Amino acid sequence: MIVIDKEECDYCGTCVAICPENCIDLLEQEIDIDYDLCTECKLCIYVCPIEVISDVAAAEV
Amino acid sequence: MWQQQKFDIIVVGGGPAGATFAQRTASKGLSVLLLDKKKRIGTPVRCGEAVAAEDFHALHKPQKNWIRTNINTFCLIPPNGDAVTIDLKQTGYILNRSIFDNDLVKFAEQAGATVVTNAYVNAVTIEDDFVTGVKGIWNDEPFSVQSKLVIGADGVEGRIGRFAGIKSQFSLKDLIAGYEITASNVDIDKNTCYFYVSNKVAPGGYVWVFPRSSAEANIGIGISGKKYEEGNSAKVRLDSFSRKNFPGYKEEAVTMGGIILAKPLKKIVTNGLLLIGDAARTVDPVSGGGIIWGMKSAVYAADVSIDLLKNGKEPSEANLLDYQEMWMKNEGKQVKRLYRFKDAIYNLNDDQLNNIARKINKLPAHKKTLFNVFRITFQNKPALLLDIAKQFVGI
Ligand SMILES: Cc1cc2nc3c(=O)[nH]c(=O)nc-3n(C[C@H](O)[C@H](O)[C@H](O)COP(=O)(O)OP(=O)(O)OC[C@H]3O[C@@H](n4cnc5c(N)ncnc54)[C@H](O)[C@@H]3O)c2cc1C
Repeated sequence: MIVIDKEECDYCGTCVAICPENCIDLLEQEIDIDYDLCTECKLCIYVCPIEVISDVAAAEV
Repeated sequence: MWQQQKFDIIVVGGGPAGATFAQRTASKGLSVLLLDKKKRIGTPVRCGEAVAAEDFHALHKPQKNWIRTNINTFCLIPPNGDAVTIDLKQTGYILNRSIFDNDLVKFAEQAGATVVTNAYVNAVTIEDDFVTGVKGIWNDEPFSVQSKLVIGADGVEGRIGRFAGIKSQFSLKDLIAGYEITASNVDIDKNTCYFYVSNKVAPGGYVWVFPRSSAEANIGIGISGKKYEEGNSAKVRLDSFSRKNFPGYKEEAVTMGGIILAKPLKKIVTNGLLLIGDAARTVDPVSGGGIIWGMKSAVYAADVSIDLLKNGKEPSEANLLDYQEMWMKNEGKQVKRLYRFKDAIYNLNDDQLNNIARKINKLPAHKKTLFNVFRITFQNKPALLLDIAKQFVGI
C-alpha cells in the first residue's frame, strides 16, 4: 500500500503529475490517494523530491 | 455569485499561462472565470525564476519589482570543476515570481475576469461528448460551474486534460524531481547563471545556481525519475552539493516540484477544452524552462478562442485545432527538436562532459558561444548537428 507522509509532504504535485491512474487528489495542504484506483505502480515514489512516499505492507498500516 | 453564472470561458490555474490567457480574453469582452486552488496566487513559488529577456518583453512589459537581477553570463561547470564561462548575446532576468504571478492575475482581474482562489477543480462535466464546465470544492463546499470553453492551465499536475480524456502519461525519464533552496551567505556573480552537470551529482538532470543578488541565490537540482535511488532523493543530493560548494550557506527557504523534460503533447484540444502551459508540455525539454513558452501558448490559445467565441462559432475540437496547429508550427516544432538533443545531452558520461568543457575552454574568447557549446557537444553526431545549426543560427 502506497502511503504519503503528510507531516513531511510539501504538496508540490510531482506525484500527481506522474500518477497513471490520475488518482491522487491534492488540495492546497491536503493530499489523498484513491486506493480503489491505485495500482501500486510506485512511480510516485520514484519522482518525489523528498522521498516521503513509501510502499508499506498492509499489515503495518 | 459566480457559481450561478454561465461563463464564456473557465480557466483552471492562475500561473503565468492561465493568467496571461485570462487577461487577453477578458480584455476582449469575453466573460472569464479564473479558478485556482491556491489561497494566495504566487505562493508558494516552485521555480528557479530565470527567463530570456527578449522573449519576455514580447509578452509583458516588465515592471521593476518583477526583476531581481539581470543575467548576461552563462557558466557551465563540468564534473571536474573546470568552469566554462560564456557571455550571452540574449540576456535574461531572474524574476520575483511571487510578485509577477500575483500581478498577472491582478491584470486579468482588471481586464474583467472573475478570479476565485481556494477553488479546487476535481472533475469536468461532459455532455454529448463536449466539456461543458467544471466541478470542485470551494471553501470546503462543492461547486459546479458552466462555460462554453474550459482551459486546462493547471501546470505539471495536468489533471484537467486527463479528466477530459486527453492522454498525457509522462514517461519516468521525462519528469524530473526538482528541489530548490534559497540560500544566503553565498559568494557568486549576480549576473551569472551557473549550471553544474555531472552524473554523480544530478543524474539525468543538473544543478542550477541562479543569483538573486551577489549574496543570495536559488540553488536547485533536478534528477530524472528514472534515476531514482532509495535514500538519495533530490533533497539529499542538493544538501550535499550545497555543503560542498557553498560552505557556510544559510537556507532561507525551500521549494520543490516536477520539472518537465518531455516532448510536446500531440493532442492539446478536445470538444470544449484546450490545454496551455505546463499542462500542454510547453516546456524547453533541455533546460526545463516553461515560463515563456507557457505564456506564448496562452497567446495563441487566446487568439483562437477570441475568434471563435466572438463570432459565435462552436469551440469544437475541429475548430480548436487551429490553436494546436499554430502552437505546433510556431513553437512546438522547436520543443520537439530540442527533445532530440535532450536524450543525447543527458546520456553523456562524466568523462565526455569534462572533455567538452576542455574543448570549449580552448576556444578564443569570441568563439565561446552557446552555439559552439552545442556544436562541440554534438560533434560526433552529424544528424543532430544539422538540427542544431538550424536551431541556433544567430546565437
Ligand atoms: C523547481 C523548479 C524550477 C523551475 N525553474 C524554472 C526557471 O528557472 N525558468 C523557467 O522558465 N521555468 C522554470 N520552471 C518551470 C516553470 O515553473 C513552469 O513551466 C511554469 O510555472 C508553468 O506555468 P503554468 O502557468 O503552465 O503553470 P503553473 O505556474 O504551475 O500554474 C498552475 C496553477 O494551477 C493551479 N492548479 C493546479 N491544479 C489545479 C486544480 N485541480 N484546481 C485548481 N487549480 C489548480 C496551481 O495552484 C497553479 O497556481 C521550474 C519548475 C520547477 C518545479
